[in-house]
Amino acid sequence: MSEHQHEPVPYRTFILIWAALLVLTVITVAISRVHLGPLNIWVALGVASIKSSLVIFFFMHLRQESKLFKICLLIMLVILAIFIGMTFLDVLYR
Amino acid sequence: MSESTTYTGFWQESPRSGILGWLLSTDHKRIGIMYLCCIIATFIVGACLGLAIRLELIAPGETIMGAQTYNATFTVHGILMIFMFLIPSIPAAFGNLLLPIQIGARDVSFPKLNLLSWYCYVVGAILAIIAIFSGGGAPDTGWTFYVPFSTQTTTNVNLAAFAAFMLGFSSILTGINFVTTVHRLRCEGMTWGRLPLFVWTLYATAWIQVLATPMVGITLVLVILERVFGAGLFDAARGGDPLLFQHLFWIYSHPAVYIMILPGMGVISEVIPTFARKPVFGYWAMALSSLAIAFAGSLVWAHHMYASGMSDFAILVFSFLTFIVAIPSAIKVFNWVSTLYKGSIELAPPMLYALAFIFNFAIGGLGGLALGAAASDIHLHDTYFVVGHFHYVMFGGGGFALFAAMHYWLPKFTGRMYNHKAAMIGWALLFVGFNVTYMAMQTVGIQGMPRRYYDYLPEFTTLNLVSTVGSWVMAVGLIIMFVNLWQGVRKGRPVGKNPWGAATLEWQVPSPPPLENFGEEDPVVTKGPYNFKGVVADEY
Amino acid sequence: MSIEHRDDTGSRFGMWLFLYTEVILFSGLFILYAMALTKYPTQFAKASHMLNIYFGTINTLVLLTSSLTIALAVSAIQMGRIKQTLTLCWVTIALAIVFLINKYFEWSAEIGHGIYPGSEHLAEMGPGITTFFNLYYFTAGLHGLHVLIGGTLIGVVAVMTAKGQVTSDRYTLLENSALYWHLVDLVWIFLFPLYYLIL
Repeated sequence: MSEHQHEPVPYRTFILIWAALLVLTVITVAISRVHLGPLNIWVALGVASIKSSLVIFFFMHLRQESKLFKICLLIMLVILAIFIGMTFLDVLYR
Repeated sequence: MSESTTYTGFWQESPRSGILGWLLSTDHKRIGIMYLCCIIATFIVGACLGLAIRLELIAPGETIMGAQTYNATFTVHGILMIFMFLIPSIPAAFGNLLLPIQIGARDVSFPKLNLLSWYCYVVGAILAIIAIFSGGGAPDTGWTFYVPFSTQTTTNVNLAAFAAFMLGFSSILTGINFVTTVHRLRCEGMTWGRLPLFVWTLYATAWIQVLATPMVGITLVLVILERVFGAGLFDAARGGDPLLFQHLFWIYSHPAVYIMILPGMGVISEVIPTFARKPVFGYWAMALSSLAIAFAGSLVWAHHMYASGMSDFAILVFSFLTFIVAIPSAIKVFNWVSTLYKGSIELAPPMLYALAFIFNFAIGGLGGLALGAAASDIHLHDTYFVVGHFHYVMFGGGGFALFAAMHYWLPKFTGRMYNHKAAMIGWALLFVGFNVTYMAMQTVGIQGMPRRYYDYLPEFTTLNLVSTVGSWVMAVGLIIMFVNLWQGVRKGRPVGKNPWGAATLEWQVPSPPPLENFGEEDPVVTKGPYNFKGVVADEY
Repeated sequence: MSIEHRDDTGSRFGMWLFLYTEVILFSGLFILYAMALTKYPTQFAKASHMLNIYFGTINTLVLLTSSLTIALAVSAIQMGRIKQTLTLCWVTIALAIVFLINKYFEWSAEIGHGIYPGSEHLAEMGPGITTFFNLYYFTAGLHGLHVLIGGTLIGVVAVMTAKGQVTSDRYTLLENSALYWHLVDLVWIFLFPLYYLIL
């Protein structure tokens, strides 16, 4: 059985993504020193999500994988959101 | 009737001979048999503990054990029955035996990982046994390990929690294997629409095993860390929140009950069409309701916490969602009954267990609604109504489904048939004894008897006596069932490929199946799993 | 009768499923964090300032770079450049060791100041700060354990590559180890701002 191999991702692509990740790290540290009240945590989570997406889609090759892989990631994220979100239904409303 | 007990097929064919041929086997069938032996052994021990509990409760006051021993007994009973018996039972034993064959594959996607999952189970089981007999003694926290008691009691909570962690890891590995196998190894022509319903339930269950089990993993680790470091994570005085333990615990443990029932429902969906000789009513409703149960089951965990002190808003939302999860379960019950309508019904032993399942599960499910409604739950919480409810669904449902699976598939994997008359007698005693035992509990629960108490008020005496006597009838039924099955697989009449006249792929290979399930050529499927046209049962 | 059982895509798929279990495992700790942050916003900010932002930022950069090197290693083996694959693997492991050494110094300092789970000093600072540090130590500790596991995994695969058991035709083991390593990086990407950057 010959396995369908994915094309190797060029080094350049990875290095560019890495540079973006470094920049985003600098940004998140910088913004965190500015008082934005409750917005701070959401901005931090937002930047972390962008960084994660870069790692997941590029470094982890999800971009090249089939739709099945992407759907399963979505399923996990939905379940995660349910676990966190519905626990808040208790804690926020006590 | 043949006296020989040498089996053919995968029992003989193995890369290695002797005991190592089993302990190092990556053949899903051998791993399934090893799991089956372990879970039956666990069930017997757990059942003895259950009988001990019932013996203590035959009369008020101390009968055969004091309070501390009683606490340890019901804790170990729960841990064994849930983590070591029910969670693995159908998926790890019968899932392993059947999944590859039913989809036309040679084995699962990760055979070595499969063997590792069995070893994780064995390690967890050994640690659990050690936890009972060493150190501070068997845990006495209830299988739910609630804080603050679990972080303070001097009994062997650390070891027991770690044992449960290993058992959970075993479950996770099985889940990863099964999801991948169903996606990657279906044979030619085995479309999603031709999958046996048992496979659909194993698939849905596998997703729960993957996504929910890690949550109990971290919860158990946190209990151990709390006991070791005394950090105060669940201590309100130090900024912790004991209710969060309950959230994390039930985020797994509620979906866990669906791990325990869904594969059982899959077994029923195999048995009923075969013995009604009719395709199941509403195939896609049955398939998709399995996924729906898995998903909806992840939305309702806090219905275990109505009386805990959580917010009214959470109580409202979780109660509402709990009613929703009843719908796909009800769809299954309606569809099984509809399959029977105008069917050509044969009351063979597997069918008897399947019908009993429907009866027991319906009662248990209705009891679940009474508990799911927050208002009535305030009265029923932590009473014997809860104990009756979960035994109806887990034992009357999941347990009976396991027995159905044993009666249905042991002839396939051993090539021998047990005595049907004895099977029916065992079933009858078990069914009657079961309902007497647990209906008495549900009743005494409504009357107000609390659970996890070794003593009770005198007014509850009669029903407790009835329940205990029921447990003895059940025990006799179980003994007859197990002895009959054991004699059947050892000395029963040989059977051919398809003694029941069923239509799924496992009945087209020899009994027992050969090492790589199918012959030289991979199977090609052209019809659905419940198409009985041209299917002839082999006489036995 | 020997049937080729190889299924590289299936193997990667199974690895992704395992990574999801790791995400859920850590999520329990993040749930506890989220609830506590809601309850103790000011104390969390105060506690966050007690963590060393330089150690945290440097460790973030170290892990991101190690993610780069292991990703490059996968490309390298796909292109048949075995020597580069090995170099990149060893660099990844070196960066992992740097991370752990940083952690060692960081934690030695904190523990030296009496800040550790169950300490008197921590309890004196009140429930909010106590919870922050309890969760910090448990989460970063669990993460550190995964750094150790991931680094070991890459080490084993590197040795197998050197021995020719992992090749440019058969490199799923390296891919899967890289996936595990990226997960370790992902957990830190969230851990870092939530613990080190609270204002």
